[in-house]
Amino acid sequence: MALNAKTITNQELFYGHKACPGCGAALAIRLALKVLGERAIVVIPPNCMSTVGYIYPHMPVFVNSVIPPFAGTAAVMSGILAGAEAQGLKNYHVVGFAGDGGTADIGLQALSGMIDRNDRAIFICYDNEAYMNTGVQKSSLTPYGMKTTNTPAGKRIHGSQTSKKRMFEIVAAHGIPYAATASVGYPEDFLAKVEKAMNTDGTSYIHVMAPCPTGWGTESDVTVDIGKEAVDCGLWYLAEYEGGEFRLNRDPKEFSSAEAYLKAQSRFSALDENDFARVLQERDEAWARMRRDWKK
Amino acid sequence: MSGKLFVSGDEAVALAVRQAKPHVIAAYPITPQTIVVERLSDFVEDGSLESQYLYVESEHSAMCACLGASAIGARAFTATSSQGLLYMVEGLHYASGSRFPIVMMNANRSLAAPWSIYNDQRDSLSELECGWIQLYAENAQEAYDTILQAYRIAEDPAVMLPVMVNLDGFVLTHTYELIQMAEQEKVDAYIPYRNFCNKLDLEKPKATCITAGPPYNMEFRYQQHQATLRAAETIRAADREFNEHFGRSYGGLLETYRCEDADAVLVTLGSVAGTARCVVDAYREAGKKVGLLKIRCMRPFPAEETAAALKGAKAVGVLEKDVSFGFEGVVHTNVNSALKEWNVTVPTANYVGGLGGRSISKADIAGIFDGLLSGSLNASETAFVNLRRDICGA
Ligand SMILES: Cc1ncc(C[n+]2csc(CCOP(=O)(O)OP(=O)(O)O)c2C)c(N)n1
Ligand code: SF4
Ligand SMILES: [Mg+2]
Repeated sequence: MALNAKTITNQELFYGHKACPGCGAALAIRLALKVLGERAIVVIPPNCMSTVGYIYPHMPVFVNSVIPPFAGTAAVMSGILAGAEAQGLKNYHVVGFAGDGGTADIGLQALSGMIDRNDRAIFICYDNEAYMNTGVQKSSLTPYGMKTTNTPAGKRIHGSQTSKKRMFEIVAAHGIPYAATASVGYPEDFLAKVEKAMNTDGTSYIHVMAPCPTGWGTESDVTVDIGKEAVDCGLWYLAEYEGGEFRLNRDPKEFSSAEAYLKAQSRFSALDENDFARVLQERDEAWARMRRDWKK
Repeated sequence: MSGKLFVSGDEAVALAVRQAKPHVIAAYPITPQTIVVERLSDFVEDGSLESQYLYVESEHSAMCACLGASAIGARAFTATSSQGLLYMVEGLHYASGSRFPIVMMNANRSLAAPWSIYNDQRDSLSELECGWIQLYAENAQEAYDTILQAYRIAEDPAVMLPVMVNLDGFVLTHTYELIQMAEQEKVDAYIPYRNFCNKLDLEKPKATCITAGPPYNMEFRYQQHQATLRAAETIRAADREFNEHFGRSYGGLLETYRCEDADAVLVTLGSVAGTARCVVDAYREAGKKVGLLKIRCMRPFPAEETAAALKGAKAVGVLEKDVSFGFEGVVHTNVNSALKEWNVTVPTANYVGGLGGRSISKADIAGIFDGLLSGSLNASETAFVNLRRDICGA
């Protein structure tokens, strides 16, 4: 049975936390835990979610959990898994929720190690496109032109000057059994992918776009819309990697306006016409490549 | 598996770990620890050890994997050295702070830069503050026995702290000795696996390594400190029980050797204690009253016992393979603090030796004793033993 608003459980396993209103990351975790259930063992490194989730004695994550060292999410996951296996535990899922920084920067090495071992665990990267917990600094998944607190947008430099690292493809290049991209703007797609990851015999990885009203400069009631818009305008994409093959889950005939998407968020307020042109060009090149090489 | 075996220090550790049957082993190679991980993977391959063996991509991940394993109640083991130990440091604090009874072997090796793969103890002694119980072995037999004791200590419900077992690199890890093996049934009886009280539980979920703000943080730290102090009694008990099971003991946290009426006592730790023992015997035979205080446990520090052992001496030398640049050797600092705390007044002198693998000979130690016995101590200056004065501007 497909997971959707009607079929998903009413049980909440992540609530009462101190995340900002409209936090996309909190929504991603809440949804994923609805699929994974109460026997999930959650690993959340230093980031917004662990910060708002485990302030003793206030414990709004209602499943077993660990805050690992920032660089060690995947290694702690592997250790839990090995310990659980050795003791013969049954019916549980080890899942990590790391931010973009905790995945593509400091957590990359340990993640690579876990995929190499093909440990049966689910690594979910919630991508809010910057180091939010420390006050919005640039990561290697920060998009071109984003204003952060260490890539200021001035007259001379218009925010972050690098483009997003192709993290999903880096993960896939390990030959991982299952990897996917998702967005909280497409919750049913995300839920289905979490379910697929849960049933994967080996390591799985989901990269979910998770808008952050605070860091992106958007209202707290448009998070899901923005998450959807990111996909519709082609600056994000829904795809899977399985059995050694990439597949585009959505291949829009026409993109909605990327400029409108960017202009709706104050983090891109310094972009000028040249910047928009660069963003569009990169988008189109990426899509040309994906359409050429990936299944649809 | 009982009987005697001619093995290196590293092999002795691996053999003990096999008998301790950890659920999870995660380690990353570094000289001079490598033989430990090689042997353990051989044991897993030949089926004589059923552990989950994790091939990790770094020491940081080795420690993280042990954190995860221990968090879910699994007995865990890792081994490292030098740069690897320092690469793990963040995880060391996690392990002690969340009370994970991980056991780790550390092959004491110098730290870069300048690089040296050879022995000194700057790696572990620079980590006295990380909350791990720190034990130092003098020989391969003690290394083997101490690994078994380490699990007894770490997993004691009154302690629940990680334990680091230190072996001098090469001097101990790579030299061969005859060791007496323990019978497996006795090991099983000595260190039966018990549930960790703080483990994650699928029936009753918990969070660990959580955040504790100003209203709660100090209390976690206080309890951690108390547990580490309490560990002293467990270390003594573990050594006593070990003697009952296996007929060997090491004095618990420290060992005094011919200290009773000694005028001069040398305090040291690790393999150099073996050399010092020989010098003490020779001097005693020549009628000179010298003794050895071997510190086996640096954390918790046996302050009262150290002070008691040194009370009657006229001069004390502290010989150690590290230096806290700009001050003195950290063992010296600890010993002096213990003496002060217990109102023992005796002149002490600090001897830093063996850095980066420089050997410490019987003659070097004899020289230290001669200085101590002469009554002309220069207590204010840290002496570098065996320094090549001609090439360093000294
Ligand atoms: C080793 C280490 N370095 C730096 C930090 C500081 N730190 C904590 S959270 C964080 C940012 C996390 O960013 P990301 O992973 O993207 O998650 P987000 O905060 O955006 O949710 C940083 C840099 C830390 N806790 N540990
Ligand atoms: S800063 Fe962003 S990611 Fe962090 S809690 Fe707030 S909305 Fe969520
Ligand atoms: Mg982030």
